[in-house]
Amino acid sequence: MATPLTLRQRFSLARFLRGLGTETGPVTLDRRRIYILPTRQGLLLGAVLLAILLGAINYDNGLAFALVFLLTGLGVVSILHTWRNLLGLRLEAGRCPAVFAGETARFPVGVHNDGGEVRPAVILQAAHGSEAMADMGPGTQWVELARPAPRRGRLPLGRITVATRFPLGLFRAWSPLELAMDCLVYPAPAPQRGLPPDQPGTAGSGGERGQGHDDFAALRPYHAGDSLRHVHWKAVAREQGMHTKQFAGEAAQELWLAWELLPGVAPEARLSRLCRWVLEADAAGLAYGLRLPDRTIAPDFGPAQRRRCLEALALYGERP
Amino acid sequence: MIPLHGRLWLLGALAAVLLPQLLRLPPWLATCCAGLLGWRLVIDLRSRALPGRWSRLLLTLLGIGAVLLGYRTLFGPDAGLALLSVMLCLKLLELRTLRDAVLVIFLGWFLVAGGFLVDQSIFVGAYLLLTVWLLTAALIALNHPGGPAHRYYLRRAGLLLAQSLPIMVLLFVLFPRLPGPLWGVPKDSLVARTGISDHMTLGTISELAESEAVAFRVQFDGPVPPADQLYWRGPVLWTTDGRRWDPIPREFPPAWFRDAPGYEALGEPVRYALTLESHDEHWLFALELPAALPPGLNLSADFQLLLPRKATTRQRYELAAHTRYRTGALPDEQRRLGLQLPAGRNPRSLALGREWADRAPADIVRTALELFRAQPYWYTRRPPLLGEHAIDDFLFATQRGFCEHYAAAFVTLMRAAGVPARVVTGYQGGESNPLADYLIVRQSHAHAWAEVWLDGQGWTRIDPTAVIPPQRVETEADLQRFRSTATPLLNADLGWITRNLSRLRYGWDALNNAWNQWVLGYNHQRQKELLQRLGLLHFGWQGVVVALFGAMGLVLAAVAVFLLRQGRARTDAVVRLFERYCRKLARIGLRRLPHEGPADFADRVAAARPDLAEASNEVSALYVALRYGAARTETLSRLRDAVARFRPRRRRGSAATAA
Repeated sequence: MATPLTLRQRFSLARFLRGLGTETGPVTLDRRRIYILPTRQGLLLGAVLLAILLGAINYDNGLAFALVFLLTGLGVVSILHTWRNLLGLRLEAGRCPAVFAGETARFPVGVHNDGGEVRPAVILQAAHGSEAMADMGPGTQWVELARPAPRRGRLPLGRITVATRFPLGLFRAWSPLELAMDCLVYPAPAPQRGLPPDQPGTAGSGGERGQGHDDFAALRPYHAGDSLRHVHWKAVAREQGMHTKQFAGEAAQELWLAWELLPGVAPEARLSRLCRWVLEADAAGLAYGLRLPDRTIAPDFGPAQRRRCLEALALYGERP
Repeated sequence: MIPLHGRLWLLGALAAVLLPQLLRLPPWLATCCAGLLGWRLVIDLRSRALPGRWSRLLLTLLGIGAVLLGYRTLFGPDAGLALLSVMLCLKLLELRTLRDAVLVIFLGWFLVAGGFLVDQSIFVGAYLLLTVWLLTAALIALNHPGGPAHRYYLRRAGLLLAQSLPIMVLLFVLFPRLPGPLWGVPKDSLVARTGISDHMTLGTISELAESEAVAFRVQFDGPVPPADQLYWRGPVLWTTDGRRWDPIPREFPPAWFRDAPGYEALGEPVRYALTLESHDEHWLFALELPAALPPGLNLSADFQLLLPRKATTRQRYELAAHTRYRTGALPDEQRRLGLQLPAGRNPRSLALGREWADRAPADIVRTALELFRAQPYWYTRRPPLLGEHAIDDFLFATQRGFCEHYAAAFVTLMRAAGVPARVVTGYQGGESNPLADYLIVRQSHAHAWAEVWLDGQGWTRIDPTAVIPPQRVETEADLQRFRSTATPLLNADLGWITRNLSRLRYGWDALNNAWNQWVLGYNHQRQKELLQRLGLLHFGWQGVVVALFGAMGLVLAAVAVFLLRQGRARTDAVVRLFERYCRKLARIGLRRLPHEGPADFADRVAAARPDLAEASNEVSALYVALRYGAARTETLSRLRDAVARFRPRRRRGSAATAA
């Protein structure tokens, strides 16, 4: 936070609870964003100390006075220790692997500790559920926060709270913050299996590709004895392994996974079916294209194609 | 659920806190507590189930019943501490959540405070500080689910406590202390009564003579007065039945007793501070005669300094005394009491006294003292038993006794001769502590002497014991005691070992005294004195509170700076070490370029000077691990060693290939 806060901003309750809104880039927990308040145990200790103090006054007991004052000092000093346990930590959004709807998204959050001291028992809490506790040694620690992903689309991690009660549990220091971080959620694949039937009427759309010997319909893993001319060298260059092109000739069909192949099905269900087809086509090593009302992806194969298609399905209807 | 290492820490710390309590509990109750601790240990180590609700309820009722049976009550310090100990052990059987465990830690601290009601000695203070440390470490362990790091907990707890010590001292000194108790202080049954009693039956002081217990300690403003002036005045005994001597009853004193008498001082007063141990009576054993009265204290007509309440706690008093004085006229009631003698007792003594009746009073005193000096009277602390006519038996038959015998016999003779006289009890002399500037007066210094009323002088102190010649003291131990009435305070004829032992003892007593003065005896009054001397009371108590918070703020700022530095220091050390390594290379002409990373630089060094390759690669690898990797603590010390070992020398003839 380069811009200084106004007094009103600094003391607003929202900042206290929610932080400063979404922030891109690593967030450093400086002294302005760490809050601290006594826990229930801290208040209980206060009551116990008061009781001892009353006893000490009544019995005029020097050592009981000393004990109360020592424990008071302990409580006060532990404020600094608890606060210090968070101070200077740097939080960074990691890359969240995409998941299918219904699965749990796992958000890796990088916690950098530039100091030499271990920061024990630092808790990361997501506003939606999961919580992780770890000892942050010097260097970087990656902590995973889980959040259920019920629907396709972009799922933000939302507000997280970095908190600690270490060392004595009498005070809780926390800092709310929102990292710019979201997880792509693909549609849940429909349970129904089987690729779409052949689509004779679709040939025209792939018209620029000449039919015949040079066209291939699919790849299969390379076997010894296959002609080296048929090896898919581009894939080798991408370090995807040796594949042999299978040429389909006249019989070759272009596989188009298209929105209009599923008339009368509700949009989300269509996306689910399309998602299943993409997975099956990819598993079979086929080249396939995807046609959505707002977007068309030319036929191709491989992990990049799979990701492109799934991403298009996840973000269908959302305009970037 | 709490981590196992946290639970084990909790049990260990609790055992340490309970240990002194268990030693005080009735043995069977202590065994039960230890058993409960052991049960919990088995539950934790063997993962057994906790007992059910009904068995816990039953055990709780049994526990309360046991305390009731042992103490007949649940209230007061003793029974309260016993109950708290038992309940704390029972609480372990239902300890499930972190909150339960934290509650046990807090109650452990509470129990520590309770222990101070019973004993406040230095040892107990030190031991209990240790238990506070353990409890704090246990609390840290409970709040650290990450895994056992035992030494870290101890270190961290030690650091926390060390940092809270200045705050403790500040609060201890400056936190406003209230005078007097908030509610009734129950009479402490554990303090055994020692010291001088309110009457004297021939033979009682001899028990005190064996006791080394401290009665009070005295610090003089100037030089210590000579030993023959160190008479610490306690109860004054007026009436006698011939054997037992009694003071004027405090409950129904005659009118004249309550008015403070006048006297004429013959010289400058001696100023001193007296710290009285608790003796559960009203007397303050002051030097004769008090010149100024501290507020709240009374001076009776027979010059006893009386406290408003019984001395149940150790207290310090600032006093002044005149050791040379002349008292005024003798009222008739005092004359009557000063001549009282029971009829039909001690006929021979009375007859002897009456023989002297026609002489001048001063002459009578001289005659009686001459009797003790010339006749074979012996000083002994184990005198033979005396019969019905005790004074007659002592004067004419046994002729062996110590201070109370001589004082009682002397007063009896004076009264028979018509000279008003009374017995004064108290302490005489004292040991000066050579290591600290004060005097220790022990129970063994208890003494009894006489006072006679002489025309023109008033009440005059006569110590008949002091006239016995030293060769008529029965044993060596008696001689030492006897000598303190007449000779300098420390006898020089001690052997080397005794001298060193006594040095140790005096050192210990000095420590104890400081502890008593500054820790235990620091109360409202002492605080006020100290703050006045520091000038803090100039602005009233508000000023003190402001000073308190200001000083605490400074302490906390210092702690904060320390904590912030601690985190940074290690990183800085890494950079410093690497820079030193670079400087060493620069000296032989290999300069690191501003854009050059440590690994590239190491490669260049290896190319230019293959002989340095190994060492410089090691340094740069360690540096990279510390700066950019997840390095551990040892890595830093390895880097330190590597840099220290790295001593590149310029090679002859080969120009360094600096870029």
